[in-house]
Amino acid sequence: MSQSPALISMDGIEKRFPGVHALKDVRFDLRSGEVHALMGENGAGKSTLMKVLSGVYQPDGGTVSLDGTPMTFLGPKAAQDAGICIIHQELSLMNDLTAAQNIYIGREPRLGFGRLDEARLNRDAAAIFEQMNLDLSPTVMVGSLTIAKQQMVEIAKALSFNSRVLVMDEPTAALNDAEIAELFTIVRRLRDEGVGIIYISHKMDELEQIADRVTVMRDGETIGTVDAASTPVSEIISMMVGRVLDQSALALPDVSAAPIALEVANLSRGLDIRDVSFSVRKGEILGLAGLMGAGRTEVARAIFGADPRDGGTIKVHDNPVDITSPADAVAAGIGYLSEDRKHFGLATGMTVRENVVMTHLPRFTSKFGVLNEPAMRDASQDYIKQLTIRTPSDSQEVRLLSGGNQQKIVIAKWLLRDCDILIFDEPTRGIDVGAKAEIYKLMISLAEEGKAIIVISSELPEVLRLSHRIAVMCEGHLTGILSREEASQENIMKLATQTTSTPQEATA
Amino acid sequence: MSATSDTPQTLSARMAESGATQKLLAFASLVALVIGFSIASPNFFQTSNILAILQATSVNGVLAIAATLVIITGGIDLSVGTLMTFCAVMAGVVLTYLQLPMFLGIVAAIGTGALAGCLSGTMVAKMKIPPFIATLGLMLILKGMSLVVSGSRPIYFNDTPGFDMISRGSLIGEFIPSVPVPNGVLILFLVAGAASYILSRTVLGRYCFALGSNEEAVRLSGVNTDRWKIAIYSLSGAIVGIGGLIIASRLNSAQPALGLGYELEAIAAVVIGGTSLSGGRGTILGTLIGALIMAVLLNGLRILSVAQEWQTVVTGVIIILAVYADTVRRKKSA
Repeated sequence: MSQSPALISMDGIEKRFPGVHALKDVRFDLRSGEVHALMGENGAGKSTLMKVLSGVYQPDGGTVSLDGTPMTFLGPKAAQDAGICIIHQELSLMNDLTAAQNIYIGREPRLGFGRLDEARLNRDAAAIFEQMNLDLSPTVMVGSLTIAKQQMVEIAKALSFNSRVLVMDEPTAALNDAEIAELFTIVRRLRDEGVGIIYISHKMDELEQIADRVTVMRDGETIGTVDAASTPVSEIISMMVGRVLDQSALALPDVSAAPIALEVANLSRGLDIRDVSFSVRKGEILGLAGLMGAGRTEVARAIFGADPRDGGTIKVHDNPVDITSPADAVAAGIGYLSEDRKHFGLATGMTVRENVVMTHLPRFTSKFGVLNEPAMRDASQDYIKQLTIRTPSDSQEVRLLSGGNQQKIVIAKWLLRDCDILIFDEPTRGIDVGAKAEIYKLMISLAEEGKAIIVISSELPEVLRLSHRIAVMCEGHLTGILSREEASQENIMKLATQTTSTPQEATA
Repeated sequence: MSATSDTPQTLSARMAESGATQKLLAFASLVALVIGFSIASPNFFQTSNILAILQATSVNGVLAIAATLVIITGGIDLSVGTLMTFCAVMAGVVLTYLQLPMFLGIVAAIGTGALAGCLSGTMVAKMKIPPFIATLGLMLILKGMSLVVSGSRPIYFNDTPGFDMISRGSLIGEFIPSVPVPNGVLILFLVAGAASYILSRTVLGRYCFALGSNEEAVRLSGVNTDRWKIAIYSLSGAIVGIGGLIIASRLNSAQPALGLGYELEAIAAVVIGGTSLSGGRGTILGTLIGALIMAVLLNGLRILSVAQEWQTVVTGVIIILAVYADTVRRKKSA
């Protein structure tokens, strides 16, 4: 490779947030005319680094240089003026305006007295589209375009600023194969014209197609920069996951002969869930792994009836059930412990007792509609003992308890409702290490009692320690189910980044 | 389904997004209503009655145009009714209490409207008060202020000859005596034309739609969104001031107790006309059609001797149906 000079060079970048050291001595450089992929797990620091580059965040240390000159970008506008443009994953377009109007928002050519020169606006936009070799009418409403075309409009907008640095954050997340090919054509053309492109993606197969160099980040640090062509994917994956953690697997009972408690077949919902099938046995813990946005929570919500599904069948203990609402799911014995306890799981201003019995009040109500306080107290105190919830009494407000104990109250709620299929969504998020171990123990004892459990978790070590089997999702597809013996961080990561191209998609 | 392929879907989505279907529906309903009432009663399709309907539309139409601007930005304005009254009262203060010339009364009404709009715009943009609350507060403040300033008594414009001609006279009738369209109606169409031009041809109009479509994106594009929002609310207020002049002239007095309820009729007209309450989409033409539908409906029901109470019930039903149509449309395009 030719050694073209560094267009961007970031050196020793430091960024701290309260309680988090988000970027530690990060190095990154970009040459003009290259596509430089930035890889890393969720939370590795990629987005924070890009926010530093684009002036959204000010670094606490280190320098950002453009053409060898140290720069300080005090805001997104300053970075934009210097020729650095970010295309966010969440496109920031105005659906009710045309493509040309979107590109020149805030910079409309005027005729005086605040009148718009719409003709010139459309002419200028058309010129950019032509330069991109893009067949798009400047006057088309952006809201009527596909995501792929909307992305092209974003790129056109970036070009209209004469951008020399283009940051693309997971640009292919919502695109199909044909659209990805079209996007890559334009990316390559821009690269050949000397634009430097920072490409953030989770998809390994795209690296080979588009990237010249790859930089891997983990836990806020730069792990290394390698040549894309000469580095095998497996090496990049091990750079991404490479931490050493307590891997000692927890002892789990053998359930290979147990009857199937929950069977899901061909579950689908738009682009989020695409033909997902799996089953969970009585007493089994099934891990559900995948990167953010892979569709794990969506699967849980569809099974639970919180979102409507387009297709698929659900069987509980071999009986088909038609679940169209959470009430149906609960009646079928399915409980869902949301990833956001505070929002969906608990009334934090109310007492432990009130929270435990809340979803099952009819049981504690006399036939005249009067609540039976003593029965409620007995039930909540039972669970406080059984789950070792640490609280001074059952009349303590839930908000005063620790995260781990709050999580146990959510579990108590569902146990009280006789759910024998429990879906835990990120059960240990925001919980300290000691409490985590306790939640694990509780989940295993629930499994031993014969509950079927699905655990959604972004922490691979957690899934590995806890699960009989691990189902991995990527872009709404179930890309594989690994047995305990087969499962490793590398194997899961491979499945979690495996883009399956389904021929049905193109014609559907 | 996916947004990745198939054109027919995109096409229907485009139809839904432009609000074209709703506007077409609204226009068809208007025509159907006119035909229906004409058959039901021979008194309906008479020149005098049609002019009465237009006359009745003029105030609500102007207020609805003002509300349209704000609603397109994704906001809502509950103060248009009582602001209209307050503007009329201020005209009364200038003309009747201070005995100043008529054009100053006109300036006072429109200026008061613009100032009040500037105030609600500032509350929404700078103080980050939700538009519903900001304009609800302003609605009550203005209702009270109208009573305070006027001493709860109507202010008559008997000392300003010609003031009643602003609305009741007919400039068109002077030239074409067979079509004596009242000036109030002429003003409505002039305001509609101007608002239409502003929305489609000026920077202000562009930011109206842009703000309603994705305010954060506009802000990130380096546009001073606060300033433009205040400008839009101010313009809307000025248009309400014109509405205040029309009603004051028609009644030849400022009635300080009037105004409450007008804002809801205006919003109803906007929604019936296909402007999305979630912002980003809307047209003045649609709003005009919406205002006409409401006027035709009330007039027709009155001619058919339907009791006043029932007229109110029907208005309520129409508003719900129109908002329901808006929800259905949004769900389809989502």
